[in-house]
Amino acid sequence: MSTLIDGPQPPSAVGSAGARASRLHIPAVPARPGHRSDFGYLSLSAAGALPRPAIDARAADIGELAAGLVRVLDDDHRPVGPWHLPLEPSVLKTGLRHMLLTRAFDRRMQRTHRQGRISFYIQSTGEEAVSVAQAMALRPGDMLFPSYRNQGLFVARGVPLVDLMCQLLSNRGDMCKGRQLPVMYHSGPARIFSISGNLATQYPQAVGWAMAGAIKGEDHIAAAWIGEGSSAEADFHHGLLFASVYRAPVILNVVNNQWAISTFQGFAGGEQQSFAARGPGFGIPGIRVDGNDFLAVHAVTQWAAQRARANHGPTLLELVTYRAEAHSTSDDPSRYRPRDDYQHWPLGDPIERLKQHLILAGHWTESAHQALSAQLEAQVDSSWAEALAQGTPEQGCSLDRGLMFEDVFKDMPEHLRRQRDALAAERG
Amino acid sequence: MPQMNMIQALNSAMDVMLERDPSVIVMGEDVGYFGGVFRVTEGLQRKYGEHRVLDTPIAEGGIVGAALGRGVNGLRPVAEFQFSDYIYPAFDQIVSELARLRYRSAGAFWSPVTVRTPCGGGIRGGQTHSQSPEGIFTHVCGIKVVMPSNPYDAKGLLIASIEDDDPVIFFEPKRLYNGPFDGTPDKAAVAWKGDPRAEVPEGHYAVPIGKAQIVRSGAALTIVTYGTMVHVCEAAVRDTRLDAEIIDVRSMIPLDVDTLCSSVSRTGRCLIVHEATGFSGFGAELSATIQERCFWDLEAPIERVTGWDTPYPSAFEWDYFPGPARVAAALRRLMSPP
Repeated sequence: MSTLIDGPQPPSAVGSAGARASRLHIPAVPARPGHRSDFGYLSLSAAGALPRPAIDARAADIGELAAGLVRVLDDDHRPVGPWHLPLEPSVLKTGLRHMLLTRAFDRRMQRTHRQGRISFYIQSTGEEAVSVAQAMALRPGDMLFPSYRNQGLFVARGVPLVDLMCQLLSNRGDMCKGRQLPVMYHSGPARIFSISGNLATQYPQAVGWAMAGAIKGEDHIAAAWIGEGSSAEADFHHGLLFASVYRAPVILNVVNNQWAISTFQGFAGGEQQSFAARGPGFGIPGIRVDGNDFLAVHAVTQWAAQRARANHGPTLLELVTYRAEAHSTSDDPSRYRPRDDYQHWPLGDPIERLKQHLILAGHWTESAHQALSAQLEAQVDSSWAEALAQGTPEQGCSLDRGLMFEDVFKDMPEHLRRQRDALAAERG
Repeated sequence: MPQMNMIQALNSAMDVMLERDPSVIVMGEDVGYFGGVFRVTEGLQRKYGEHRVLDTPIAEGGIVGAALGRGVNGLRPVAEFQFSDYIYPAFDQIVSELARLRYRSAGAFWSPVTVRTPCGGGIRGGQTHSQSPEGIFTHVCGIKVVMPSNPYDAKGLLIASIEDDDPVIFFEPKRLYNGPFDGTPDKAAVAWKGDPRAEVPEGHYAVPIGKAQIVRSGAALTIVTYGTMVHVCEAAVRDTRLDAEIIDVRSMIPLDVDTLCSSVSRTGRCLIVHEATGFSGFGAELSATIQERCFWDLEAPIERVTGWDTPYPSAFEWDYFPGPARVAAALRRLMSPP
């Protein structure tokens, strides 16, 4: 693919080595602003085309799962093929509800940021099936190590929206006591690990957590999520290596949403090989799955969880999706990709696809969908009012500033006590 | 009382803790079957099994990341880095993750990892086996940093570190593993045997983190030091016949400011000695802290003796190493400032 960037081109081979001179390959970006979207680079399999192997399959024997794309819902929203493991309609409706709630939460918080009431936000629009279906395929005792675009995990595990909102507001209800950038949530009771902000660090941590579970003789597993861009970090490889060496009961997920801020996935190494294909090099099965297909995501996650629980070791899942909105509230994607790029995304929208599937199966209707959407938007609104009751931005910081000095260590050492007192004196 | 060198004392600390607490695990490169390149973990895998004394890949970042995760899930990992020169691949996991997990999650998650790592020079190890990076870690909020100077403290501090619910970086001055070293390389090596500080109880005891120790009482001036340099300073004091008080800091975070400052207030003079490079080294923090508290009691400017601000040079080791002559010269300057 030729470059789409005007300006100086790389020098042709005119050096002393002539035609034999080394030349670098610069990964191609399919479309920049002003160009037509082009997803021709995306390798797609037909729904139902890939086999579902036994959970003890060897990574080397199922390489096609790392290169192809596991899909259950076909273009007409019918579930097909061996990865279709029928789920109760009530389960699917719960999944739809969690995804809708996640999207309503995102929309409202984005608006709240534009109103200047929170300082930062990250939406997960278009990627809701990843977090929601995966959380639902795991057990409550399993430990989740999210990235910052997995708010669906918190929703699916029943963490109250008001808790997340208080974190965004850094008010009296903030689980992080004012110490973290908005969206860096955690939940001890829901077993969702603290989000770092440093990329991919949770990968080896999740593996270590899973190793400890195995040492203690438990059957809880761990799961970790990073973006495809973060898979370039050393910790991605550390995670795979430790998971492989000790056959740790862990699911390692790469959410390939095509974009790491402005950097296309080719620059993380996605051009020559899929991200799932990193797995087999470590002896770990890699499965590339349609991340916008709730049923497919649920099925591969369940396969990986069963494999891990049965002591057959880790799985690397690549969830192919698209980051429909900006990276964060500090980002403007129209500067680096076509404005309407998402409209051309060939794998559609996860909520719309599950909705149509349910309607087709006779378990759902358009009017029920409208009613549920309205109900969830009202729930978001009332949660927001409840969160504001614990401190609004207009009231200033509602947290005791002495909290700044707590939890650096378990017990506050003398030098921090002195500094806390000095701050108190400074502020009168 | 049994006599132990520092290797045996550290081994005994882990043995005691592995025996007492099933959540304690040891992990690192070559620590299992082989028992560690310095033999510190010798015999532990045979006794406690391959799951609790675990050989790991050569991936320091992965070792700390996995140790952190294990700690979150209820274990108490003791991770060995073969040389502290190799700690840097793990820097992000230590600084951004291990140190700050309790803080960023407001106490919901924490991980009581102890990182053990041999440090310091004097073993002809060149620039990749001789560094003293402790100062770098004292600049990080949320980890404790300790360094023993003798077998008794080594065992007691390591037990305290493993039992501590905060992460600890435990620096082991490797030149002291087999015997005290006073900085004179051409003298015959001295073993720990016969040294009172090598009398180490077999069982459980802890040396509290955050307490300095006065290793020699004196009235003329105060030397604040730690690790190998404790022994170098003792030699310099013998050579100069000055009535110096020598304080072994032992714990850099938390720092026992009261013990340091009450001594300096009494003597009015202070020399700070460490093996690490001087610029922005831990000595700068010590000097500033002591000056802030003791300025009106000082009879002379606080001085520092440190390694030069160069990488650790292989062929010039004994020109680089702050030996007793350099310390003695500083002591004399302090006693008669210009």
